[in-house]
Amino acid sequence: MPHVKCLQCRECKSEYPIEPLNACEFCFGPLEVSYDYDSVAKAVSRKSIESGPNTMWRYHDFLPVEKDSAVDISTGFTPLIHAKNLGRQLGLDHLYIKNDSVNPTFSFKDRPVSVTTTKALEFEFEVLACVSTGNLMGSVAAHGAKAGMQTMVFYPADLEQGKIQGAAVYGPTMVAVEGTYDQANRFCSELADAHRWAFVNINMRPYYAEGSKTLGYEIAEQLGWKAPDHCVVPGASGELHTKIWKGLEEFEGAGLIDKAKTKMHLAQAEGCSPIVEAFESGNNQVKPVRPQTIAKSLAIGNPAAGPYSLEVLRETGGTGVFAYENSIIDGIRLLAETEGIFTETAGGVVISSLKRLVKQGKIKKDEVTVAFVTGNGLKTLEAMGDFVVPIETKPDLDTFQKKLSNQKD
Amino acid sequence: MATKRVKFTFPQELIKEPVIYKLGVDFGIVTNIRRADIRDDMGWVVLELEGESNVVDEGLAWVISTGVRVDPIAGDIIEG
Repeated sequence: MPHVKCLQCRECKSEYPIEPLNACEFCFGPLEVSYDYDSVAKAVSRKSIESGPNTMWRYHDFLPVEKDSAVDISTGFTPLIHAKNLGRQLGLDHLYIKNDSVNPTFSFKDRPVSVTTTKALEFEFEVLACVSTGNLMGSVAAHGAKAGMQTMVFYPADLEQGKIQGAAVYGPTMVAVEGTYDQANRFCSELADAHRWAFVNINMRPYYAEGSKTLGYEIAEQLGWKAPDHCVVPGASGELHTKIWKGLEEFEGAGLIDKAKTKMHLAQAEGCSPIVEAFESGNNQVKPVRPQTIAKSLAIGNPAAGPYSLEVLRETGGTGVFAYENSIIDGIRLLAETEGIFTETAGGVVISSLKRLVKQGKIKKDEVTVAFVTGNGLKTLEAMGDFVVPIETKPDLDTFQKKLSNQKD
Repeated sequence: MATKRVKFTFPQELIKEPVIYKLGVDFGIVTNIRRADIRDDMGWVVLELEGESNVVDEGLAWVISTGVRVDPIAGDIIEG
């Protein structure tokens, strides 16, 4: 961890030692890892990164953990696909899909959780914990298993069985919390104070958030050491959006890419778009909302990084855009039918929002655009509904041929 | 004694209500404001509450009943 300086409050800039802390003692603002960027710049080069592993850990100099201590289940360095078919439909010549749904537990959460688990072992925690309704719980359970840690997964008691099983298979202790979402949220926050556990997105949040920066590094490297003109990022807490931008800025600061002029667009679902609403109304405060969206992985009504995401939108000239609820499944199917990539509802939000951005003239035909697909479609099968209309045939050739030609008519 | 760090978000119609004052007077809870932003249409206050554990819980339940939203200072921590 030679390049890490301290934790620093995002609000009052007070500094703290590298410990499992997430809030400033003075103003209760969130803490963020601060680096000695001169030291980073001296340590890294394009060549040193290219000779690293084909995982997110090729960027370890930019991460707040000791070298060679990574808890790695082969996360990251996921494909950046030139989406020619989808691009043709949308009128974009240089559209790329960053397919992060192929990570080991099928979502981008493996990136922040890999960093957090590594850091939790450095802090000598014995228990890894999270509270989640989906992707995060699977990732924490998998990394806990790999690290040989006791793992606790908390979730609202009314969660779907499929999601519970997807995490339980890794062998964590599963805890179903009764009550409303808000009650479960407050309860788990208090738990983090009551136990010496590494709660990945509570007391370990500053380290957790850093893992998402690797998406920014990867797209720049995969584009030939260049920042794209546009990024379209799904928005939940807003942290992913801010960290991809931080990644691009850090690469620029280290001299690995030219000045990043990327417009950082944020995509939310119509039924939970507090950051987009604040952006559209010109506010720098985010009004909490009660989520009512099929994009469950984006259903954060009171986003912790909302104000910082707004700053990134305004600093980069990006646009906050929402996808209509009834267009999310269309977005999923469009990506699947054109590029062979089946994404979850958050990806549907991104593709549908991308369409709107193009329609609004925010993205031009010849501009390099990266749309982030952060989770696998098999995770949200229930959201797809009953859209399959098969040809029903008896097992004989004549019947089948007749039915087939009827369908073509 | 227990301490809790929370964020109160006030809808427009409750901005003028002395909710924090009443927590002190009616419940005997010590309130310590660390950060706040109050606008015409909404406001939030980040503060620490100190008192007997059950009293702090009762006080927070009352705040919620008034229509003020109460969250942990980290916002929503249940992630997808």
